[in-house]
Amino acid sequence: MSTSSPSGTETGPAHRSVEAGVAVACIIFGIITVLGSLQVGIGWGPSGPLSGFFPFYLGIIIVLASLVNLKAALSLDRSKLFASWDQLGQVLAVIVPTTIYTIVLPYTGIYIASIVLIAGFMMWLGKYAWYKAILLGIAVPVAFYIAFEKWFLVPLPKGPIEYWLGL
Amino acid sequence: MLADIANLFHGFAVVLQPYNILLMVIGILLGVIVGVLPGLGGANGIAILLPLTFSMSPTGAIIMLSCIYWGALFGGAITSVLFNIPGEPWSVATTFDGYPMAQQGRAGEALTAAFTSSFVGALFAVIVITLVAPLVADFALEFGPAEKFAVYFLAFCSFIGMGKEPPFKTVAAMMMGFVLAAVGLDSVTGQLRLTFGFTELLNGFDFLIAVIGLFGIGEILLTMEEGLAFKGKAAGINPKVVWQTWKELPRYWMVSLRSCLIGCWMGISPAGATPASFMSYGIAQRISKRGHNFGNGEIEGVVAPETAAHAAGTSALLPMLALGVPGSPTAAVLLGGLLIWGLQPGPLLFVEQPDFVWGLIASMYLGNLVGLILVLTCVPLFAAILRIPFSIIAPIILVICAIGAYTVNNSSFDVILMAVFGVVGYAMKKTGYPLAPLVLAIVLGDQAEEAFRQSLLSSGGNLGVFFSNGLVSTIMVLALVALFWGAISEGIAKLRSQPKTA
Repeated sequence: MSTSSPSGTETGPAHRSVEAGVAVACIIFGIITVLGSLQVGIGWGPSGPLSGFFPFYLGIIIVLASLVNLKAALSLDRSKLFASWDQLGQVLAVIVPTTIYTIVLPYTGIYIASIVLIAGFMMWLGKYAWYKAILLGIAVPVAFYIAFEKWFLVPLPKGPIEYWLGL
Repeated sequence: MLADIANLFHGFAVVLQPYNILLMVIGILLGVIVGVLPGLGGANGIAILLPLTFSMSPTGAIIMLSCIYWGALFGGAITSVLFNIPGEPWSVATTFDGYPMAQQGRAGEALTAAFTSSFVGALFAVIVITLVAPLVADFALEFGPAEKFAVYFLAFCSFIGMGKEPPFKTVAAMMMGFVLAAVGLDSVTGQLRLTFGFTELLNGFDFLIAVIGLFGIGEILLTMEEGLAFKGKAAGINPKVVWQTWKELPRYWMVSLRSCLIGCWMGISPAGATPASFMSYGIAQRISKRGHNFGNGEIEGVVAPETAAHAAGTSALLPMLALGVPGSPTAAVLLGGLLIWGLQPGPLLFVEQPDFVWGLIASMYLGNLVGLILVLTCVPLFAAILRIPFSIIAPIILVICAIGAYTVNNSSFDVILMAVFGVVGYAMKKTGYPLAPLVLAIVLGDQAEEAFRQSLLSSGGNLGVFFSNGLVSTIMVLALVALFWGAISEGIAKLRSQPKTA
């Protein structure tokens, strides 16, 4: 990673574009809400307002408020950065493993996935020696296993390896 | 009144059982840890631990969970003073003078002042709750659906008008919260809505998942981006320093009292602890004789924000208990917990579950006392936790969040949803959308909508029902004043400045 670049010349997405993007996402969210409300009816039924009545107006308000936000976003200074690419790289370094972790979790079980996540994080971002990483990576899930399954009697998701170990 | 005091003493008897004291100590310790670590906060910590309390008695559970909250309030001060990193947003103002004091080698003094002020603020707020909450609850027993909706409306309008975020961003965030709450089965008509055929959405969005994602994962992403390296000052507290600081503190009674009042006011109206601490700091700086020295390690600059933050954090529970409208995200999570245990917060709670309510209030008194003692004695331990490198802490917090999200409904889909909320929370925080109203809207959405629809049903669709009697009109007018508070206060300021220029 090249973290040595001076702060003045860092590049990254403009704050203005991100802000506008969020406002547009809100508008889309609002439109989806309005469409969904129309599907179930926004009028008046035998038991009062229909199911779509309340969310319909919520959707309208979201669209209107987001239009104001979009206008405000577009008048922002173009030169201000949202974050530098380096910083976003750091953020992605958390988002990507977390996403993989949450997706594989039901198949591998939470314990195996956690061992890989913690040990991987320590080796990749923390530059720890592999034996330290694996030691702690195993110790933490074991502690969670004892706390949750034995003490609180809360079952956590398990996969083939956990079943093979007889947990 | 007398009956209330008898109830309170009964509450103390409940809390003083050894098992409950143990829960209290565990709660405070967990709370301080949660408050010290980035990515875990009061709201999020309670959300993660809530499912574990389902098997406990509601009284024991609420004692432990509320103590996590006190612990988190205390914990924020430690990171602010020693590391110049606010562990919680409401301790940002504490860094202004707390960290300079630590740099000058007066960390012990700053921490003692911070903890003691927190305790004083909380104690003041609990006394207010003890005296006022039963009265408010009595009063609110008369509320019909229209009044109920008006109270919700007041709470949400105060967020829009009095928050420091741009009002239209608050509106957008809040309404999205209401929409998320509306997804799934409609409780009034029994119809499915906004699911677009996804069976995973049948039960809607659980606010606990949203809290864990938005506050937990979102916070870790922010911390990652800032690339924080924890380089803290040594923490040394010994009895002599504590004693000397305590001797000095009574001199600042005016600052304390003023901060208590600001805190209680801001906590009850859902502005929350963060603006309360800033406002209190600002006013103290303007009024104090040593105001010019604020920011260079002035003890008053620690007393003011800490007292106000704790008073606000505690008094935020008043509207939650008495009206069923939480004053802060953490209070909202606690309210969600009450609903899960089958307790309906609001005025009836005082009548139907006096044991529970007074047990909780008694635990506020004792919890803060236990908290004060614990944090004063264990500071070095908590500071050591902060020195664990982030590359170890971050994945562990991620795993804890995942476990917390999974245990809410034993659903793996919720864990994925949590990750999505995390990214959304990061984007919202970075672009200045407030998260608190969103969470509050998810928690209260169903009830607010039900109250709204019931009111309209009784009036045959006429919006005039919200102005049909004195009580409901008063609340609605208050709400509208709060909504347009920004514009109104600007207008007053203009009127005041005009005579001078003329």
